[in-house]
Amino acid sequence: MQPKISLQNVFYTYADETEALRNVSLDVLPNQVFVLFGPSRSGKSTLLRLLNRLSDLTEGARFQGTVLVDGRNIFDRSVDVFDLRRRVSMVFAVPTPLPGSIRDNLTYGLKMAGQRNASLLETRVHRSLEQAGLWDEVKDRLDSSAMALSGGQKQRLCLARSLALEPEVILLDNPTSGLDPISTSVVEETLRELTDQYTIIMVPHSVQQAARIADRAGFLLNGELVEVNDTESIFLHPLDKRTEDYITGRFG
Amino acid sequence: MSRQQTQRLASVLITLTAVLVFVPVIVVIVYLIWQGIGAISWEFLTQPPRNGMTEGGIWPAILGTLILTMGTALVSMPFSIATAIYLAEYAGDNRLTRTIRMAIVNLAGIPSIVYGLFGLGAFVLAAGFGTSILAGSLTLGIMTMPVVISTAEEAINSVPQQFRTVSLSLGASKWQTIWHQVLPHALPGIITGMILGLSRAAGETAPILFTVAAFYVPTLPTSIFDQTMALPYHLYVIATQVPGMPLKIQYGTALVLLLITLTMTLIATVVRTAVRRRRDW
Amino acid sequence: MDTAQAPPESLPNRRIGERIIEGVILVAGISTILIVALIFLFLLKEGINAFLDIPLRQLFGDRWYPIEGIYGLMPLLVGTTLVTIGAVIIAVPLGLVAAIYLGEFAPQWLREILKPLIEILAGIPSIVLGFLGWVALAPLIQNAGADTGLTAFTGSLLLAYMSLPTIISISEDALYAVPREYRDGALAIGATQWQTIWRVVLPAARSGLVIAVMLGIGRVIGETMGVLLVTGNAANMPAFGPGMFFNPVRTMTATIAAEMGEVAQGSLHYSVLFGIGLILFLITFVVNWLAARLVGVSGARTKVGGQV
Repeated sequence: MQPKISLQNVFYTYADETEALRNVSLDVLPNQVFVLFGPSRSGKSTLLRLLNRLSDLTEGARFQGTVLVDGRNIFDRSVDVFDLRRRVSMVFAVPTPLPGSIRDNLTYGLKMAGQRNASLLETRVHRSLEQAGLWDEVKDRLDSSAMALSGGQKQRLCLARSLALEPEVILLDNPTSGLDPISTSVVEETLRELTDQYTIIMVPHSVQQAARIADRAGFLLNGELVEVNDTESIFLHPLDKRTEDYITGRFG
Repeated sequence: MSRQQTQRLASVLITLTAVLVFVPVIVVIVYLIWQGIGAISWEFLTQPPRNGMTEGGIWPAILGTLILTMGTALVSMPFSIATAIYLAEYAGDNRLTRTIRMAIVNLAGIPSIVYGLFGLGAFVLAAGFGTSILAGSLTLGIMTMPVVISTAEEAINSVPQQFRTVSLSLGASKWQTIWHQVLPHALPGIITGMILGLSRAAGETAPILFTVAAFYVPTLPTSIFDQTMALPYHLYVIATQVPGMPLKIQYGTALVLLLITLTMTLIATVVRTAVRRRRDW
Repeated sequence: MDTAQAPPESLPNRRIGERIIEGVILVAGISTILIVALIFLFLLKEGINAFLDIPLRQLFGDRWYPIEGIYGLMPLLVGTTLVTIGAVIIAVPLGLVAAIYLGEFAPQWLREILKPLIEILAGIPSIVLGFLGWVALAPLIQNAGADTGLTAFTGSLLLAYMSLPTIISISEDALYAVPREYRDGALAIGATQWQTIWRVVLPAARSGLVIAVMLGIGRVIGETMGVLLVTGNAANMPAFGPGMFFNPVRTMTATIAAEMGEVAQGSLHYSVLFGIGLILFLITFVVNWLAARLVGVSGARTKVGGQV
């Protein structure tokens, strides 16, 4: 099976000479939940931002290697980066609704892509909120400010905002970081239900979360991808000593 | 002298000096209102001057100032906002950017009378607009640009960075992001800067001396190539060039001019606070 | 998948539209440089004859007498210098102390009143202040015993207050920018509030304060209508001494404002007035350049996108 996403010998260095990624190679299969875990500043977010070229926004960084989505190099000149960001959609750690109504948030990406069809927009609003498990809570106030939602609701709104674009890949950068346990389990539940339609790459809040959610997982340490394996193997029988130390809580 | 005595003396002296700074401002305003309020009447505000300007009102000068202020806005606004967008969103840390910033700092420092000379040379003579509303608006518009650019840039920079990142991550292009996420939120700040700049332009005399202002025109302007009277110049004229001018009219004119500029400053301040209170991020 | 997928608007067209907008924005940015250059060129074009046709010795001579074709700029330079020095002597201490008062001494409620008051002072048109100087202040000064109320000192006093908003607001920012820890540190080792300000805060804020003063000076040199009304407009050389502040003088700016209306375009007098404008332009250029050197005009900003 062709991998959905494939990194080959990727190096990434910030303007201040921090080496964020060192020779990372990785394949993610379609409809998998792939979890990238490791201590903070190990390069997880950098890797995520590379996959839909949000990394372009970082000035002065150097990049080397190949990133393929569906076998196609995303840094190729012919690639439409705006289209790429709709296909590979990011949900950030801090839920950031755009100022405006709930509906505005959900239709923003589609409208920017030139989509004007009102009934299609309406369908997407409904379906994405359903998928994110938010529909029942907000269906009566779609036109009120998104800023008034609770933290957990905001994060599910941001997830729905990505889903409304019907992406192929969803990138989640620690989506439950600011949430209470109940909201966290709601979001996790939502994610599990999405797996049969989407490829999900996620940076988890904790090793426990990683083990709960992942189909496959990779351990990043200081920009190096130490070990990749299916969930059971990597968490129960890690092959690398460093992975084991991290999982058992000896550092990080 | 002990340290405590020095401390006490210093705080007394500092307070006294502050009184020297602030009290005259209050005195000036109160004095002007006291002297000028008697001249202000419906007739004064709506009638042209009569009898060698010693009677009647100042309507043509008020109208001229309003027209010039609008002309200034039309010239200054598009240019300044575009420049502010460039500096805030596009400019890299390079030589060009530094030169542009240096140019703006310089524009801000050029004396208003030099703007007047430039307007005379460039718009009145070289461009052939003559002494006209057009030439005056262009001159005042350019003079206003530095204030508007810097406040607009500040307003744009104060829009949280996450909104831009989120917008781009949803597939919006850079310009779409600026248009849909940055400018709407920066707009109140931009308007505040614009009004502040305009209030300065409305009170300026030197730049309009040779570019637009007329001593006295019997008719109201009908095109942008007409001359017009304007309040600041009118005040200058009646204070210094017209013998036997009643003091009351002079004070009245000064008060009207002050009220116009202060009202604009006040509106700007109100817009700023109202918006800060309303927004939910 | 949606079956009724409406065709999105043509993307390539939109991209071209955006490129054009972004091009216009770039041009607007660059145009600021062009405007400065244009101002300089027009001043040069109209004023160059003054420097070519009049021998420099005469141009910087001490008689300004246009009716006889004598254009010595010295009295005007001296007039501007006197008025500026006077204004600086008055405004700098007042402005710095007012900033210190606002930042360190004034209670919060009073600050809320005084800061808008400064904005109001900044918003008073210079012609209005000039008018008040002319009808109210000058008679006061005359009554105090001067030969006339229209003197360099009257101009200095007026200009001092006009430049106060600039000096106060920039100084206050500079004082505010001094880290809290500096103050706390000094107070913790037993310094009084005054010692803290004098020994710690002021030195730390020094470069900001210098800029405040420089920009204040720039404002003073360029002011026109106020000085035109209150300095008496006598283009003569005052005898050197403290008394010179109490003589009528005439500044460079006031000369342009007063005489440009009466000269024939293209005449030598016309060129000389533009030449004075050129000198003013260069002076403010230098003042601003120095101030910017001190503050560092930085192009470094956080930016949105790599894609332009």
